[in-house]
Amino acid sequence: MRSRWLIVLVTVLVLAGAAIGYTWYAREKTARHGDVNVVPVVSGQALSVPSPGQVLFRNTAAGPDYGRVAQVPAASPGAPRHTAGLSCDRFAAAGGKALCLAARPGVLPPVTDITVLDKDLRVLRTFDLPGSPSRARLSPSGRMAAWTLFVTGDSYAATGFSTRAGILDIETGELVKTVEEMPLQVNGEQYFSADVNYWGITFASNDDRFYLTMASKGKTYLVEADFRAYRGRALHENVECPSLSPDGSRVAYKKRVSADQSAPWRLAVLELASGKETVLAETRSVDDQAAWLDGKTVLYSLPGRDGSSDIWSVPADGTGAPALFVTGGASPAVGR
Amino acid sequence: MYIATSRSADSAAGIPDPKGTARRVSGNVLALGMVSMVTDISSEMVTAVLPVYLVLGLGLSPLQFGVLDGLYSGVTALVRLAGGHVADRFGRFKAVAGFGYGLSAVCKLGLLAAGSSVGAIGAVLAADRTGKGLRTAPRDALISLSSEPEFLGRSFGVHRALDTVGAFLGPLVAMVVLWLSLGSYDAVFFTSFCVAALGVLVLVVAVRDRTKPSPVRARPSLSESAGLLKIASFRRICWWAALLGLVTVSDSFVYLLLQRRSDIAQVYFSLLPLGTAGVYLLLAVPLGRLADRIGRWKVFLGGHVALVCALLTLVGPFDGVLLAVVALALHGVFYAATDGVLMAAAGPCLPEHLRASGMALVQTGQATTRMISSVLFGWAWTAWDLYPAVLVTTGVLAAVVLAAAVVRPLRRVEVPA
Repeated sequence: MRSRWLIVLVTVLVLAGAAIGYTWYAREKTARHGDVNVVPVVSGQALSVPSPGQVLFRNTAAGPDYGRVAQVPAASPGAPRHTAGLSCDRFAAAGGKALCLAARPGVLPPVTDITVLDKDLRVLRTFDLPGSPSRARLSPSGRMAAWTLFVTGDSYAATGFSTRAGILDIETGELVKTVEEMPLQVNGEQYFSADVNYWGITFASNDDRFYLTMASKGKTYLVEADFRAYRGRALHENVECPSLSPDGSRVAYKKRVSADQSAPWRLAVLELASGKETVLAETRSVDDQAAWLDGKTVLYSLPGRDGSSDIWSVPADGTGAPALFVTGGASPAVGR
Repeated sequence: MYIATSRSADSAAGIPDPKGTARRVSGNVLALGMVSMVTDISSEMVTAVLPVYLVLGLGLSPLQFGVLDGLYSGVTALVRLAGGHVADRFGRFKAVAGFGYGLSAVCKLGLLAAGSSVGAIGAVLAADRTGKGLRTAPRDALISLSSEPEFLGRSFGVHRALDTVGAFLGPLVAMVVLWLSLGSYDAVFFTSFCVAALGVLVLVVAVRDRTKPSPVRARPSLSESAGLLKIASFRRICWWAALLGLVTVSDSFVYLLLQRRSDIAQVYFSLLPLGTAGVYLLLAVPLGRLADRIGRWKVFLGGHVALVCALLTLVGPFDGVLLAVVALALHGVFYAATDGVLMAAAGPCLPEHLRASGMALVQTGQATTRMISSVLFGWAWTAWDLYPAVLVTTGVLAAVVLAAAVVRPLRRVEVPA
C-alpha cells in the first residue's frame, strides 16, 4: 500500500515537473523567435504609411523582429527590411492611415486590440472587440477602416465558429461592430437566415461602397453594399475575401474549387461590369485576402517554413507565373 | 445497513441532515468525480485555446475550422454504445473507462505531433472524442452501481458538480499557461496532457471496479443489450427522454437568442455559458437530493419546465441585465435538473449486468434527437424568423412536458431481473 502511494507521489511530481519544464522551455522559445533575424533587418526605424513605391507588411521571418511591421521598396522587395516597434497579427495601410489588429496575448476567450494609426504610425484610436484577428483593410482614402474577427463560442456553448466583420468611419467615429444586421438581397429578394456570416471587407474609393463575402447555408456570395444607405445585395456566387483593384473595376478573390480541405481555393479575378471571371496562374491553394500591387499584379501570402509565411505575386490577368515577392512576410500594404 | 436505513427514514420524514451529502455519497463516486474534474480541466484547456490555435496559429479558414468542429462533436454516438456494451460484456467498467480517459490523454500529445497538418489534427480530435464516447457510459454505470439506489440523484449530482468545477477551471489554467509561456499553444497542449495523465492515475489508484459482487452470468450479447428496451419502464424513459430531446432548444440557440435580445451580452457572448454552468454547479447536488426525495422523473420534467420558462423569458418583455440573469439561471436549473437526474432515473430500471449498455442507450437516444432538434430549430428560425420559431418550439415543448406529466411514464418501476 505504502509503495503504491509512493509511486503516485512520484508520478505526480514527474507530471508537474514536465508541465512546468515544458512551459518554461516554450517561454524561452517564443520569447524571441530565435536570437537572430534570419533575413537582413534594420530594426527600430520610424516608419510611416507607404508612400508610392514602398510596401509595408508584417514581418514573419524568424528572429527578434518577428511580428513587427516592416517596410521595403516595391521595386526591390529583397532589400533589407526596415522594421518599426509596432507588432500586429494583421496590418493594413492606405491614404495616410494604418490599421493594426493584434490578439491580446493569453486572454481567453480571445480579444483583439484594434488600433487606428496616423501616417507616422502614431496611435489615433484604439479599442478592443471579442474574437481573433482575421482580415484588416482601409479604404483607399484611409477614412474607412474594416476588419474581420473570428468569434468562437467557447466549450460550453459549442456554437462553432462565426466571423464578425466591422467598420469604423475614422472621420465621424461611427463604429459598426458587426454588419450582420445589414438588410441584404439575394436574387432580388430580401434574405433572412440565422446562419449569415460576413467576412473580408474591401472599400471603394468613394468611402461608401464596399464589397465583402457573405456565407449562408454552405454557399458564399460576393456582396456589394453601401455604408450610408446600409444595405447590400449579392452579386456573384463562390467569392471569398474580395479585394478591389485600384481602378475599382475588378475584384481579386479566392474561389472554392475543391472539396479537399487541404487545398480548397484558387485565386481569381472578377470583372464587375461584365461578370467575367479569370482564374489566376497560382495553382496552390491561397487563403488570404489579396492586395493589388498595381493594376496588373496581385500580392498574397502563403505559408512558408516554420510557422512563417511568404508574400507572392502573380499577374491579375491569368497569364504568367507566381513569383516570390517577400520572404517571411504577410499583410502587404502598397503605397500609391 | 442500519445507518443507511435509518437515514433514509430521516429523509423520507423530511428531517434535514446537514452533513448528509458527504456521508451518503460513496468514496467511489467521489473518486470518479475527481477523475472527471481533473479530466475536464485538461479537456477544457484545449477546447478553450483550440479555435484560436487553429485560426491564428495555423491560419485555418472559417470553412476548414467549421468542418473540424463538426467532426469534433459528431463522432460519439456509436462509440458510446460500443463502450457500454464492451463494459457490460466483460464486466470491466473501470478498464473501458480508463481506456477512454487514456486515449483522450494521449490525444493531447497528438495535437503537438500533428503540427499544422489539417488532416492529422482532424484525426486527433476524432480520436479524442472517441475516448470521451467510450468512457461516458461505463463511468455513469459505475457511479450508479457504487450508490445506494435511494441516493442515486445525489450521487450523480455530486459527480456532475465536480465535473463542472473542472470545466470552470480548465480555461483559467489555460490562461495561466498561455501567460507563463508567452502565448505558446504547445505548452497548453502539453500541460493538458500532464493533467489528463493525472486524471488517469487517479482513476487507476482510487476508483474500484463495480463494488458489489455480481452473480455469475453469461456475457451479455448484443441482442440482450438491445433487448433492454423490452423492460417497460426503461423503454418509457428512453422514449420520453428522446422525445423531450427532440423538442429541446439547444444551448447555442439559447445563447444566440440572448445575444439578440440583450446589448450587454454582445461583448460577453462567450461568457454566457459560464452563467449556465455556474447555476448548474450550485444546484446539481440540491436538485439531485430533491430528485431522490420527490421522484427523479418529476425533477427531470421540472427541469424542462424551467427551460420553457427560460425560453418565455427570452421572448418576454424584460430586457438587459435582468433578462440575462433570469434566463441563464433558468437554463442552469434545466441542466441541474436533467443531466445527472436522467441517469439516476434510468439506473434502477436496468439490471446490473447491463447497466452500462442501458445508460449508453438513453444517452445516445437523447443526444441524437437533440442533434435533430438543432437542425429543425435552425430551419424554423430561417423559415419563420426568430420569434415565431421560439414561440412554436416552446409551445411544442410545453405540450410534450404536459403529456409526460399526465402519462407519468415511471409511475411503476418493475424491479429488473
